[in-house]
Amino acid sequence: MSLKDKFISSFLAFEDYLDDDSPIHDLRNKAINNFELKGFPSKKEEAWKYTSLKSLLKADLSLFPKQENGVDFKEVKKYFLHDIDTYKIVFVDGVYSSFLSSTTHEGMDVCLLSAALSKDKYKSVVETYFNKIAKEESMTSLNTAFAKEGAYIFIPKHKEVEKPVEILNFYTGSEVSLMLQPRNLIVVGENAHIQIIERHQSLSENAVLTNSVTEIFAEQRAMVDYYKIQNDLPEASLIDNTYIKQERDSVCSIHTFSFGGKLTRNNLNFYQYGEHCNSILKGITILEGKQHVDHNTLVHHIAPNCESHQDYKGIYDENSIGVFNGKILVEKDAQKLNAFQQNNNILISDKATINSKPQLEIFADDVRCSHGCTIGQLDDEALFYLRSRGIGQKEAQALLMYAFANNVLESVKIPELKKRINKLIARKIGVSLGFDL
Amino acid sequence: MGKFTEDDLKKELETKEYEYGFYTDIESDTFPVGLNEEIVRAISLKKEEPEWMTDWRLEAFRAWQQMEEPEWANVTYKKPDFQNISYYSAPNKKAKYDSLDEVDPELLETFNKLGISLDEQKKLAGVAVDIVMDSVSVATTFKSTLAKKGIIFCSISEAIKEHPELVKKYMGSVVPQKDNFYAALNSAVFSDGSFCYIPKGVRCPMELSTYFRINQAGTGQFERTLVIADEGSYVSYLEGCTAPMRDENQLHAAVVELIALDDAEIKYSTVQNWYPGGKDGKGGVFNFVTKRGICEKNAKISWTQVETGSAVTWKYPSCVLKGDNSIGEFYSIAVTNNYQQADTGTKMIHLGKNTRSTIISKGISAGKSQNSYRGLVKVSPRAENARNFSQCDSLLMGNNCGAHTFPYIEASNKTAKIEHEATTSKIGEDQIFYCNQRGIDTEKAIALIVNGFSKEVLNKLPMEFAVEAQKLLEISLEGSVG
Repeated sequence: MSLKDKFISSFLAFEDYLDDDSPIHDLRNKAINNFELKGFPSKKEEAWKYTSLKSLLKADLSLFPKQENGVDFKEVKKYFLHDIDTYKIVFVDGVYSSFLSSTTHEGMDVCLLSAALSKDKYKSVVETYFNKIAKEESMTSLNTAFAKEGAYIFIPKHKEVEKPVEILNFYTGSEVSLMLQPRNLIVVGENAHIQIIERHQSLSENAVLTNSVTEIFAEQRAMVDYYKIQNDLPEASLIDNTYIKQERDSVCSIHTFSFGGKLTRNNLNFYQYGEHCNSILKGITILEGKQHVDHNTLVHHIAPNCESHQDYKGIYDENSIGVFNGKILVEKDAQKLNAFQQNNNILISDKATINSKPQLEIFADDVRCSHGCTIGQLDDEALFYLRSRGIGQKEAQALLMYAFANNVLESVKIPELKKRINKLIARKIGVSLGFDL
Repeated sequence: MGKFTEDDLKKELETKEYEYGFYTDIESDTFPVGLNEEIVRAISLKKEEPEWMTDWRLEAFRAWQQMEEPEWANVTYKKPDFQNISYYSAPNKKAKYDSLDEVDPELLETFNKLGISLDEQKKLAGVAVDIVMDSVSVATTFKSTLAKKGIIFCSISEAIKEHPELVKKYMGSVVPQKDNFYAALNSAVFSDGSFCYIPKGVRCPMELSTYFRINQAGTGQFERTLVIADEGSYVSYLEGCTAPMRDENQLHAAVVELIALDDAEIKYSTVQNWYPGGKDGKGGVFNFVTKRGICEKNAKISWTQVETGSAVTWKYPSCVLKGDNSIGEFYSIAVTNNYQQADTGTKMIHLGKNTRSTIISKGISAGKSQNSYRGLVKVSPRAENARNFSQCDSLLMGNNCGAHTFPYIEASNKTAKIEHEATTSKIGEDQIFYCNQRGIDTEKAIALIVNGFSKEVLNKLPMEFAVEAQKLLEISLEGSVG
């Protein structure tokens, strides 16, 4: 039985086990049908031209852990942003861990999707928002079919969330070949502000594949600040599908820091429905070994007078492969638009590869769209300058790489997080520098 | 004056009729419609080709039968019915002329309307023209001058007969028969084309030029061009196209192969102005062309194109930079209007060390047209110190057109330096205001801006061709240029 058939048949069992009255019952059925129709994406599809899931799908993946696995706080403490207070929604092998989490219902909801899907008081929110902007792509559909757990965040009007929310997914690896389907729903009401940090982390070397879907709704004047930290073990793979719908005057920014993992695919989709929206997509990718990271972004400009800014930096060492596929789609009515896209890459090793495809599709005339893409090396003269001032080769290189990535790092708004990422970069490049950027 | 606004320009662009739409009534020797092995054999027989050529065509035809028409391009059109096309058409009176006086006056009239009086060109520009009208060369000039230098410039059917060793060696070496759907079709049924060989160390003293026209209704044009520049030689080759007005879509599937051996340089310029279809999107030529060149050591290939015509264009002049220190260049202006669709760009494949490539692409869309740039820059693991610079700019006029950019960049060598940038904009009101303020009226200002926008590419055209290019560009952008 192929993996696809296996998933389809486990869906039947899954449906039986769930309550049939669930409001998303139809959605699930529709989604599995869509997945059945499309199957797993292959390299023949334009969007997956440079990334193959073949090697990941060879394993006999199972969708649900057979037992409940617990972790010690001590073991995972280092993955939390422990120097500041945060709300935490923590999952262990896809199952909510109340012991590690700190949620709230005071004036807003920072809790679980399973609760939101089953309780009546959330019904209207779920009906209005759940699966409303997620596209009918095969991996997203697979997630929708099996979605039962994830973060649920609802911020009402004019509410400024006073501390960041951390969404952490831990994988104990006590079971082999798990494929998890976390599903997050985030609704940020009018004029509300929120900061979110998302992280996937495996705790042992057993392979795990995560197929995550996040839907974010930013209402008028909402501000969403989202950070994705991808620094997993070299065995873990992640397919991240994020969909953001923006209303008038909202500002959404997503930072993606890809340092770890075997294969990471980021599908980032922005839809600007209201005027004067601003979308910010930034990323730093530092890879080595046989890592593969694929950033696939879409900014769909539907309303006029909007802005979007994309800035992705990549540093590729050893046999790593980087992919950037950025698309700006401007509808006929999206006049007076400013859209920028930049992708800069440095290849350190002879065996590293970068495939970049910055794409523009424009149907409006009064717009300013530009994109730039560069592939190059560290400047020899700059290196020489530093070395002539007594800085070692390795440090000098690191310094230049820092400078290269700094543009993106600069816009991280949580100082503790910035520090943390700084350290991660230092460790990744293999030097310790006695300064903060 | 002074009241000419962008809206006026838009209106003018939309209503501007195709000036060169006329039809010369010359009795043609046309094959029945349809395509099968018999037709392929018949074409070969008609052209009195040797057996190896017939086999080569048949091989291509068999491969073509197995292939499917590509659908990845960003264009939509009704697929041509390949069984409803006549694959061979030759002007009937095909005696060879020694002087222009002997040429059919009607034919001369055609060329006069196009503004390329052979006489004038002979005298003033010194251009040798090998005219391909409906697939057969009817006039070749300056042949003897070229022959003195050892340059071979003739039709491809002549070359097959007289220089089989060269044709055998190089034909299909850059664009193999099975390369793609249309290249395979062309390989099977090509009716004629140009052949050019520049011997070692020779600098071709004049610009070589051919003219392609589609004349007979319902005939496809499948020409094949092969340019070989031997070691240390130089040639500048010009190709221009205009086609008369037709309502049904006509298919044009050409193959151009360039071979630049060590230290050679080829400059290939194209002005393409096939019939773009009417204002309502009716008719027009399908232009599906495969153009590719290969550069050996220190060689250079430069493609320049001005694309103003065709209902659907699907064309990617490419360079394979095989030799060390070789250079590839691509300069393009693509203008689309009304319902035209263009998907054009280039491929730069860096294989050798220290290879360099430059891509400058300018797209201007008006009316309801769609203009796409699609390009690939590939640096293979062994291409040390490869360098690429790409720039694609689009100019949109009006709210019903679209501009698209699909650049593919693949680098697998750490010493590669690749830069790509693209912008999309309209003619800025501030730019026009700036000009107005300095006493330049709006019409002139728009002309100035559009001119400036495409200048980088226009400048790359050879002098002799520049006038012609300007003229053809005017069809699409009259009222704004000069």
